[in-house]
Amino acid sequence: MNAVSPTIAIDGAAPARRGRSPTARALAALVRDPLAMLGIGILLLTAVIAVFADVIAPGDPLDMAGIPLQWPGEDPEHWLGTDSLGRDVFSGLIHSTRASLMIGLSAAAVALAIGVVIGAVGGYFGGWIDNVLVRITELFQTVPTFLLVIVLVAINTPTLGVIQVAIGLASWPEIARLVRAEFRVLRDSDFVLAARAVGFSPAHIIIREVLPNAAAPLIVTTSILIASAILTESGLSFLGMSDPNVVSWGGMIGGNREHIGSAWFLTALPGCAIAVVVLAFNLLGDGLNDALNPRLRRREA
Amino acid sequence: MSDRTGDSLPTGPALLPVAAEAPVGRPPGRFLPALRRTLLQALPTVLGILILNFILLQMVPGDVVDIISGESGGGSQESMSELRRQFGLVGSAWDRLVTHLTHLLTLDLGVSPRYNVPVTELILGRLPNTLFLVVSGLLFAIAMGVLLGTAMATWAGKLPDRVLSVLNLVLYSTPGFWIGLMLILLFSVKLGWVPANGYATIGVELTGLPWLLDRLHYAILPILTLSTFFIAVYGRLTRAAMLEVQKQDFIRTARAKGLSPTRIAFRHVLRNALMPITTVAGLHFAALFGGAAVTETVFGWPGLGRLTLEAVMTRDFNLLLGILLLSSLLVVVVNVLVDLLQLWLDPRIQAR
Repeated sequence: MNAVSPTIAIDGAAPARRGRSPTARALAALVRDPLAMLGIGILLLTAVIAVFADVIAPGDPLDMAGIPLQWPGEDPEHWLGTDSLGRDVFSGLIHSTRASLMIGLSAAAVALAIGVVIGAVGGYFGGWIDNVLVRITELFQTVPTFLLVIVLVAINTPTLGVIQVAIGLASWPEIARLVRAEFRVLRDSDFVLAARAVGFSPAHIIIREVLPNAAAPLIVTTSILIASAILTESGLSFLGMSDPNVVSWGGMIGGNREHIGSAWFLTALPGCAIAVVVLAFNLLGDGLNDALNPRLRRREA
Repeated sequence: MSDRTGDSLPTGPALLPVAAEAPVGRPPGRFLPALRRTLLQALPTVLGILILNFILLQMVPGDVVDIISGESGGGSQESMSELRRQFGLVGSAWDRLVTHLTHLLTLDLGVSPRYNVPVTELILGRLPNTLFLVVSGLLFAIAMGVLLGTAMATWAGKLPDRVLSVLNLVLYSTPGFWIGLMLILLFSVKLGWVPANGYATIGVELTGLPWLLDRLHYAILPILTLSTFFIAVYGRLTRAAMLEVQKQDFIRTARAKGLSPTRIAFRHVLRNALMPITTVAGLHFAALFGGAAVTETVFGWPGLGRLTLEAVMTRDFNLLLGILLLSSLLVVVVNVLVDLLQLWLDPRIQAR
């Protein structure tokens, strides 16, 4: 063991490649990917809209602002028209960015927290702990996710917080499976053995040594997870199971779908907004996957 | 080996393989040992589902007795505690769990206070409609997705692949219920080709082919709506799996042998690429059940999904949790069937 200095082994966790660091190479690959940049551009724009929603469209989007069911262009005050309750469609579209991004990001954070802990503990320690955790993961994969979210939201009151936690609780298994698979590969690698030999605690090894090396696939999956959380939220609010005090695209669709024959723009516009934001996260996820996955890069070369 | 493939979609074995010792030599029958093993593996999941169901039931504010006395306009303290004893709602959490489980073992999910009908009866009445939707949606999605994925893999890296991949990603990102509403707008409202609501023409007795056509007439848009997201999923998956198989040696051999590209694509590549698809299809059954809730709402389809929402609206938690329980158990059954299907599809899989 003396022949190899443990500190070198720990620092050299990622095999040294020629030139720049892996992160820099991945970033460079991402910048060269036009679709990924499109996704990032849309997301930045959405974030700006969410932050400045009150400036872009002042006033409460849930207030009655004009004559109900006006078509876009009919009234210059409401250039995207009004819905069946006279609410301004433009204002609703703008303010809904907040609910979507908030729920997408925090549901993903909840799923990430649970999934990483369960996957890391199971994958690192193995044995009966792993067996039990795998069973629990399987269980949550078997239960229809969307029904579970509906039940969780129905039992509690539909507030943003409850919806975030419910979607997070229902979507962690994918993260857990991924982290577990990574940990099972990495736990026997030299740098982990070295860290163990130095006497680091399992917690230290899991968090400081192994997790950073499992980061790449985790980042990709998180991006996709946010996308599907936003889709789940839109379905939930379409069914009327959203916070009644918060405007959301799914809620706008659900509330106005009886008018699809006469005022289809009320359904079409929020749906496009959902698709664009979700697409942006998926484009980013795909771009990150190509940029971070060395196996794929080699295939292209 | 890492679970990760080139694609970020759920891939790989549907259920995490728990280390199992492969017996030496091939047992005479492959199916029976496999069936026994899959059933044994499903057992903890079923138990977990039952316990999760119990925990959720404990989270519900108020209990069945509160609801029943609420519905009947109040009840005396004595009659309520008598009812609680009958329903097994007294005693420690452990006692209650045991009572709960014994009720479940006889498939006694209680009575829906709203409909005054046993929950099991209500659910089983609606189940065929949802199953019809889910199974046809899944089959349609697999067919379209495999077609799409094969096309993408055939032209991998070229223009058709790029265009189809972006279209596929758009499909993957668009809420299914919204696509359903847009389909209604186009085909029902504007063109008037198909009905927008319901599941069969009311008031006419049809049999045979006319009956089937009538049902399909109503079902076509719901099936399409439910399958959109999964078409995209299988499209991506097929593309990734086919690219993976194409790199393998036996494909090079087939090519060297002088087989036509079409024959290689369908007989060799696609056949092997179908394995991961059957694996995830079992898992997607759970997701389709969830998706059915939204689709059924869009089209007024009288299935479990509609029943779920009715249960939410009337705060009928007995019914709500019963639906969750039975659909979870159904997913377990489907996964067992998928395991057996794979055994039949791929002779290389040993009865582990």
